[in-house]
Amino acid sequence: MESIRKKAKELLDSKQVQVIIGYENGTSNKVRAAFITDPTQVDRLIYDERCTQNLAVYLVKHEVKHLGKMGIVATIPVMRTINMLISEEQVKPENVVVLGIGEDGKLLDFPDLTVMESFLQKAKIEITAKDKEAMEKLKKMTTQEKFDYWSNALETCFKCYACRSSCPLCYCTRCAVECNQPQWIPVQANKNGNYEWHMLRAMHLAGRCVSCGDCGRACPLDIPVHLLTMHMAEESKRLFGVDSGFSMKMESVLSNYKLDDKDNFIQ
Amino acid sequence: MEIEKKLIKKASLEKLFEKLQAKGNKIFAPVSKDGKTEFQYNPSYAEVTYDHIQTTQSLKNTVFPKIENLIRFKTDRSGVEVTEVDLTQVQSLVLWGVHPCDAAGFNALKSIFMWDYKDEYFNSRLQKIAVIGLSCHKSDDNCFCTSVGLNPGGTQGCDILLTKLSSGDFLAEIITEKGKAIVTEASELFETAPSETKEGNLAQVNQQFSHEKVTKNLAGAFEHPFWVENSLRCIGCGACAFVCPACACFDIQDETKGKNGKRLRCWDSCGFGLFTIHTSGHNPREVQSQRWRQRILHKFSYMPERNESLGCIGCGRCSRACPVDMNILEQLVSLEKL
Amino acid sequence: MEVEKITEEAPEVKTFRLKFKNPEDAEKFEFKAGQFGEYSVMGEGESTFCIASAPTRKGYIECTFRKAGRVTGALANLEEGETIGFRGPYGNVFPIDEWKGKNLLYIAGGIALPPMRCVIWNTLDLRENYKDITIIYGARSVEDLVYKNELKEWEERPDVKLVTTVDPGGQTPDWKGEIGFVPTVLEKVAPSSKDTIAIVCGPPIMIKYTFPVLEKLGFTDETIYTTLENRMKCGFGKCGRCNVGKYFVCKDGPVFTLKQLKELPDEY
Repeated sequence: MESIRKKAKELLDSKQVQVIIGYENGTSNKVRAAFITDPTQVDRLIYDERCTQNLAVYLVKHEVKHLGKMGIVATIPVMRTINMLISEEQVKPENVVVLGIGEDGKLLDFPDLTVMESFLQKAKIEITAKDKEAMEKLKKMTTQEKFDYWSNALETCFKCYACRSSCPLCYCTRCAVECNQPQWIPVQANKNGNYEWHMLRAMHLAGRCVSCGDCGRACPLDIPVHLLTMHMAEESKRLFGVDSGFSMKMESVLSNYKLDDKDNFIQ
Repeated sequence: MEIEKKLIKKASLEKLFEKLQAKGNKIFAPVSKDGKTEFQYNPSYAEVTYDHIQTTQSLKNTVFPKIENLIRFKTDRSGVEVTEVDLTQVQSLVLWGVHPCDAAGFNALKSIFMWDYKDEYFNSRLQKIAVIGLSCHKSDDNCFCTSVGLNPGGTQGCDILLTKLSSGDFLAEIITEKGKAIVTEASELFETAPSETKEGNLAQVNQQFSHEKVTKNLAGAFEHPFWVENSLRCIGCGACAFVCPACACFDIQDETKGKNGKRLRCWDSCGFGLFTIHTSGHNPREVQSQRWRQRILHKFSYMPERNESLGCIGCGRCSRACPVDMNILEQLVSLEKL
Repeated sequence: MEVEKITEEAPEVKTFRLKFKNPEDAEKFEFKAGQFGEYSVMGEGESTFCIASAPTRKGYIECTFRKAGRVTGALANLEEGETIGFRGPYGNVFPIDEWKGKNLLYIAGGIALPPMRCVIWNTLDLRENYKDITIIYGARSVEDLVYKNELKEWEERPDVKLVTTVDPGGQTPDWKGEIGFVPTVLEKVAPSSKDTIAIVCGPPIMIKYTFPVLEKLGFTDETIYTTLENRMKCGFGKCGRCNVGKYFVCKDGPVFTLKQLKELPDEY
């Protein structure tokens, strides 16, 4: 924690960045995102196991970008997201300084982003045991069981789009659900509308999702929507050998065609 | 009418529930499952909880459904045929175990839907609900009913209010004619009021700000840097609006299947980026801080002035649901000191 | 309502003359200049625009729209004889009774002539109530000018002074009107502010530059009227979209004086 504060102060003092995006204590024993622009305020920054929000979502937020060059406290999923955002030209590498956090919770020194890239190549990447268990359970289901499970789980969805808003890779200003000529996805939060929305979201994140799980965490109704995108991440690795967010030059799995692409995904 | 007080024993309460159900009433009551509590249609009495602090979702769905069918239409070569929805078909519904804040929430919605033009879809549903309230004996640090003029044992919006007494039995306050009718039909279950008062059996919710002061401060706060400073972490989802018992923004959408279609009213949120965008691309509320400001101003400034009601009942649902800890109580406390 | 007649005004701009299908509805329907309605194509949704015909012209209403989104796109595909949905009238009105005995100066830009056409015809039909009537209307190009026939009619009327203008580069070889932006032309025409009401409708940028010119000409904030157009869904103060501060454009507007506008927060 001290090392994060020290580094943040250094970056702000030397004007290498204008804002540090990190975590601070919130209300009711929660933690939340902090935007530190004043070096005397760095003591607000904290880091512990509660800090799971994917802060990269703020790298693409207009009012945060407006503050200037950004330093960001980044755990492994956040680092992977940063790589994705750079690959997709949403973030300029020169506008971001990463205060990396390793698996042990210690600050990592990244003089530049290529060091972060090489760190990620060697890092241990795993989803939580709870998510792993849930994924295994789903995999064992028959197609009908899976369909029933999701129809049931998604029926309560009221389309607050917290899953979309919390996801740093859902950065479109006009989402496909808001394109209405034609209206691809029903706006109303009914059975079909919900099902189609979540399938669309999963497909748009296929090969891009870094499995941070923030969409599921954000859902106020506790629908495990992150399992859908995590599954797509597993599938793109299985079918195309691509694990997202390990380099700043990722090719998008679903929008690049290669002659040796397998076509056994049609099941 | 004057509030009448009675006692209903724990065992009799179950009988009342079953009696209402047996008469064919649809009942909507809180049920706890996997650490979450939500209202459910027609649960068994054993499933109903009396110990929860707050459900995730509010009760607004009962009067302002997330999808309301406004009209039906049929289009073909010969033209368009429009059929009105028959609102006399709206089913009556007993809301059971409603906390006083939620009961008051119906008045906040009423102040919007029945302001000026009277919304018959809302009104028909409102007429058909009976509210059996349940005083709060527990609260958490997101609750702030006492700061918005309500309290854990408030009767506003209830037809009957139950308060759990130390014996485990319930004090029943009969508030409206609708409530009286329910009691009259099950008079054998009610006994003479006990001497124990409800006041000693309520949650302690301390007042944390004066809403009059907040409203007063907001009048001059439109351009204040507060909004940008305190909404940087807001990610612009609609979780707060959709769990809110008093948020009533909506969208109107058509749904068609072949020749037949429906015009639907669907929940919407002022926090969404495209909520106010013009076809030209111009957006009066372009950035999230403006949209957060709208949310607070609407509830604490515009509604008190235009609708003669606050747009907030202090239930704390938005703070609990927010994925990024935009805690409304914290912000209101700051706004009081602005 | 039935689409009785379609007029092509300009590229992508059409005027519909609409007639109630049910004579009882026609009988009951009343509106005043400035009010708007919700027009719909079943299956596509509703769209908000003003009633562009004058209340003094009975038996029909007209609306003019540019094909821009989903609903206007669907409207544009309709043919004469087809049916559309209509809800209204909503909103407040131009206080034309209060304007009696005064000069009227109408200033419009582009597709904003339709909201003004209603009040222009309304006052022209009650011509004896007003003194001089001046209309300044500009569009991007000659092609984009709407209501070309009516512009001709107004030009020929001795009791109306009409000045039309197109943006530089938008003129055709035989264009006889002015060339230049509306505020510049207004400054050149320099109508007197004495006993005059100015009514301004146009794109935000035009409005922004027109107000200072009017102020220079001596118009006070109470004598300048405009209409606001915000995104709407319901039209009667419930859906939460169109408010500017505590005012609903659908209830308290769309007609505002500059004085009222200055009291509103900058959110439109």
